Amino acid sequence: MSKPKVGIFGFTGCGGCQLEILNLEDQLLDLVSAVEIVHFTEAITEHSDNYEIALIEGSVTTEHDIERVKKIGDIAKIIVAVGSCAVNGGLNCLKNLYGVERAKELVYGDKKDWIDSIEVKPIDEYVRVDYYARGCPPNRLEIVDIIRSLIIGRKPEIPNYPVCVECKRNGNTCVYDFGITCLGPVTRAGCNSRCPSSGTGCESCRGLIDDPNINAQKDLLAEYGLTVEDIISQFNLYNACKKVIAKENKK
Amino acid sequence: MVNNLNIEVSPVSRVEGHGDLVINIKDKKIEKLIFRIPESPRFFEAMLVGRKYDEPSHITSRICGICSVAHTFASIKATERAMGIKPTEQTINLRRLIYHHENIQSNVLHVYFLAAPDFFGTGSVISLAETHPEVVDIALRTKKMANDMVRIIGGRAVHPIRTVVGGFTKLPTEQEMLEMRKMLEGAYPDLEKSLEILKTINIPDFERETEYISLSNSYEYALYDGNIKSTDGWEIDCQDYLDKISEEVVQHSTAKHCRANRDSYMVGALARFNNNYDKLTDNAKKYAEELGLKAPCYNAFMNNIAQFVEVVHSVDDSIRLIDKILEDGLDEEKAMVDIKPRAGRGVGVVEAPRGLLIHDYTYNKDGRVEKANLIIPTNMNFANIENDMKALVPEIIDKSEDEIRFACEMLIRAYDPCISCSTHMLDVKLINK
Repeated sequence: MSKPKVGIFGFTGCGGCQLEILNLEDQLLDLVSAVEIVHFTEAITEHSDNYEIALIEGSVTTEHDIERVKKIGDIAKIIVAVGSCAVNGGLNCLKNLYGVERAKELVYGDKKDWIDSIEVKPIDEYVRVDYYARGCPPNRLEIVDIIRSLIIGRKPEIPNYPVCVECKRNGNTCVYDFGITCLGPVTRAGCNSRCPSSGTGCESCRGLIDDPNINAQKDLLAEYGLTVEDIISQFNLYNACKKVIAKENKK
Repeated sequence: MVNNLNIEVSPVSRVEGHGDLVINIKDKKIEKLIFRIPESPRFFEAMLVGRKYDEPSHITSRICGICSVAHTFASIKATERAMGIKPTEQTINLRRLIYHHENIQSNVLHVYFLAAPDFFGTGSVISLAETHPEVVDIALRTKKMANDMVRIIGGRAVHPIRTVVGGFTKLPTEQEMLEMRKMLEGAYPDLEKSLEILKTINIPDFERETEYISLSNSYEYALYDGNIKSTDGWEIDCQDYLDKISEEVVQHSTAKHCRANRDSYMVGALARFNNNYDKLTDNAKKYAEELGLKAPCYNAFMNNIAQFVEVVHSVDDSIRLIDKILEDGLDEEKAMVDIKPRAGRGVGVVEAPRGLLIHDYTYNKDGRVEKANLIIPTNMNFANIENDMKALVPEIIDKSEDEIRFACEMLIRAYDPCISCSTHMLDVKLINK
């Protein structure tokens, strides 16, 4: 059997997801022996447009991005969105909240018309996405699991329960007991409750679970003396692309 | 040999982010040379407006995956300065320790994964793993050590969690500190082997003196703190950076360009080396000498060697820091200080792996960001990269098209540009007229 050809692509983001792939020190050489990486601009010079699996990092934020992501969609048989920016728009969506034109003016002043920048959207607004490796940064072991599953032809197991389950499993005291607000109760697990285990609240970088009880979470936050503005602000950090939240809920 | 030449590399590979190189040569003279940055702009300065004081470090760490610790600290320092928050000595020592490891991780990634394929004539670290497996093994081990250290102290290798305004949300244990010390001691044999390998590579012989700017202080090889210092003889408090450093929007780039005393300057490992050579550990100085790196050095290609020398320094100094932290004793009570949000402006400056990084925030009385200005090392280097290429190309004008293109790409990569930070990779296409 020939090795599946994989392309790794970066759109608007910090490059941290590609770095997490490079950070797979223990598995990197095994990974490159199991698949043929034909496109990975951050790490290799040669590149080809002949690939079956595309791992895409970053959000779509320019007209040029739209063309590029659609071309990848035409070529790849399987698309994996990697990281919050690709999965649900991530932190980039804070720009939408501020207003695209206003943001251009603030940062580039009277030269703003030189800049190609549009409303931020996750990649599945433009191409079909088969699997989502969530998180900011994504859990690199989950990326390996997705690739392994694709090679052996099984469906990757992505948790659809809240971070609280992992906190319990890790024996963490609930951070609410320390007066810290946490979006763990409505956020999809799979990070091994990384933030609460480090003594801080979950920021919901992996997005919401299916059918989250958002009203109960809002009540919980309010009980701890936070304003509605604080709560919305917390949700917005990684989930400001509202339409996506609505759509994810249907999945 | 060519009289007329159009080179277009889009994007240039093995750099972090997207950049294109355009060179037009007519009658052996450069008509046009630009390093174009079409990378999608990010608008962090707008995203920050209205955010609460404990959020900017988490938001700005997402400017760059590779130097997320640097952005975290520039951000935290700006906020702490604005609100008069003074973290404990324990916090500052732990910050210095984690900081060394982002620098090691980033420098190793650059020297071995991104630049080394140029030295060994392979297209990538993946083909390098086939031709020079020992080099890749060393790189992976050293990088893993540094990432593990960031994980232990920061909670995660990319976008650390535990480092926040006022201190740490969780401290490493004494046991973990001892494990880290053991990991560091284990790194020396690989550093020795790296030295032998780096001695065999050919660094292009090219010199152009420019202005070198970095942090500097009296007590250490400055990475986390200091004044802003130039080889042109000026030194200023970080809060006054606007007196010397200006930014401008240029048409071919979504990344702004910067100026100080001259029309361009260099930041990064070589600038730090030129300003602060005397603060390196004796061991790091020995490595520099064996690799023919002397301060001041005007060859931008030697930036890769300076990065490796810094890895040695960071390993040495980390051991010193761990011993100091353990001697003082880790104290939960000193993990965080109280925070009282207040209005004010603060500038936080650190040496990111790629050079001077400036965060400048103004807060309102509710502790929310009113205004933010971020100046990124790669932005500072763009104009200097262009000036270096304008000096390099005439020196090699009699070489083949491929050689000219390769030398220019290699020069760009020597700077380790991080284009994600400055706005995000580089391709080269050659057209004969």
